[in-house]
Amino acid sequence: MLPGEIFTKLKNDFGDAIIELNESPNSDPWILVGADQLFDIFHTLRDADEFQFDYLMSLSGTDLGENLGVVYHLYSMTHRHKLVVKVEVPKGNPVVPTVERLWRTADWHEREAYDLIGVRFEGHQNLIRILLPYDWEGHPLQKDYVTPDSYHGMKIS
Amino acid sequence: MTEIKRYDLEYSQLDSDRMRINVGPQHPSTHGVLRLEVEVDGEIVTEVVPHLGYLHRSFEKHCEKMTFPQIIPYIDRMDYISAMNNEWPYVMALEKMLDVKVPEKVEFIRVIVAELNRLANHQIAVATFGMDAGAFTPFLYYFRDRESIIWILERLSGARLLYNYFRVGGMAADIYPGFKEDCLEVVKKVRKTNEEIMDLLIHNNIFIKRTANVGVLTPEVAINFACSGPVLRGSGVKFDLRKDEPYSVYDRFDFDVPVGVGEVGVVGDCWNRNMVRMKEMEQSCRIIEQALEMMPEEGDVTGGVPRRIKPPKGEMYIRTENPKGELGFYLVTNGTDKPERLKARGPSFVNLSVIPEISKGYMFADLILILGSIDIVLGEVDR
Repeated sequence: MLPGEIFTKLKNDFGDAIIELNESPNSDPWILVGADQLFDIFHTLRDADEFQFDYLMSLSGTDLGENLGVVYHLYSMTHRHKLVVKVEVPKGNPVVPTVERLWRTADWHEREAYDLIGVRFEGHQNLIRILLPYDWEGHPLQKDYVTPDSYHGMKIS
Repeated sequence: MTEIKRYDLEYSQLDSDRMRINVGPQHPSTHGVLRLEVEVDGEIVTEVVPHLGYLHRSFEKHCEKMTFPQIIPYIDRMDYISAMNNEWPYVMALEKMLDVKVPEKVEFIRVIVAELNRLANHQIAVATFGMDAGAFTPFLYYFRDRESIIWILERLSGARLLYNYFRVGGMAADIYPGFKEDCLEVVKKVRKTNEEIMDLLIHNNIFIKRTANVGVLTPEVAINFACSGPVLRGSGVKFDLRKDEPYSVYDRFDFDVPVGVGEVGVVGDCWNRNMVRMKEMEQSCRIIEQALEMMPEEGDVTGGVPRRIKPPKGEMYIRTENPKGELGFYLVTNGTDKPERLKARGPSFVNLSVIPEISKGYMFADLILILGSIDIVLGEVDR
């Protein structure tokens, strides 16, 4: 199924929660959704017979300046189709519902996105840092991140 | 005669104190600097908590500060066992964005070096897995053979492990005279050693007793955890990106996708995961032979490399079949010569996340085998 068809079908079900379909050149087409109904949208995408996106390839956090974004790359083992879903949340309050209960691979991906970008995944059972030390401050992949001078008395240059 | 007093212990009421044990980060059987916090009840593993990050080098942050060609050597250092395979999806993503046509000969060279590297990776995987189970000899045999593969890759690129051989639209250098003969020699060697290893290790009774029915991963769980590569195929899911989503010239070759069928033990256990790697080596040999046959003699390998790499604004997720599984790069460009964001989805990182799920209830010694059967490289887990 092509992203355009999926977009139309989701739009019928969820209305305004599905914001836009972006088919700009040089990109995989993506669907931008709102954060409020995110879990229900993904639940439909995973379990509805026509979609069956049972394989979450990748989950990445991105810094978009004003907003933080999360990008979900989905794949279906049965139908062999792909979908890119994006969600954007303001940097001041970056809260996104977790999808860890749908795809358990999202557990570590979400921890990584929280660790490096600073997106908070609401409902995640164990949202702690994964790559950086547990007591690190700040989220390094944000564009305005300033590296601290030292960590526990060790110089960082 | 006094009656001997018997103490009937209710085993269920016995409070056998659970113990927490640290495995790693400096331990040979964790295959790198991985720390596993293990909770055991006697010898039985009740919980595993992996702690990562000991080898974190801020790969993604560094990439945002470097130009596109400068990133290629960094990508080598992710999965340093199979660096050739790592470079491929990144280069492919840029080629798609820049709309660069890759010459036919380059595609075949890429297939050959990638498959040679796959052989080297699987040799290490099986060898160290054997070591985890207590078999030392296969390790020596495989390292002797792997040397001849590394020798070829060194003559091509100049480096033994971290090649920096791929370029956008071409390769760094052409193949050398006598390359074909060397490759065929390697294929012959690999086949001969694999035959020996099958008797020596894979069908060895002790090895089977240690690895069969251990660490069973069902296909549903494997897909839910987004496992890929031999870990997914060991669970009986026939999914290989080279076959199911053919990139480059993989659609022209005749090869099979081996899956775990449970000759010994059940599908999805350590033995079957390992067996998939053994069978894949044979398939790689077949691909190399066909590619050598089909590779055009003439062709400019270095000429098509663009001088300035400045892709237009856009974003792309490209994935290829690495020896360890699906390696994906999510590349976002902003119209300059540096990426806006480059996220690497490493197969080791994702496959490792299944460890807490499949190691509960097995013996402590089995945990080391389960970890070995997943075949991780910490350079890619921690990035």
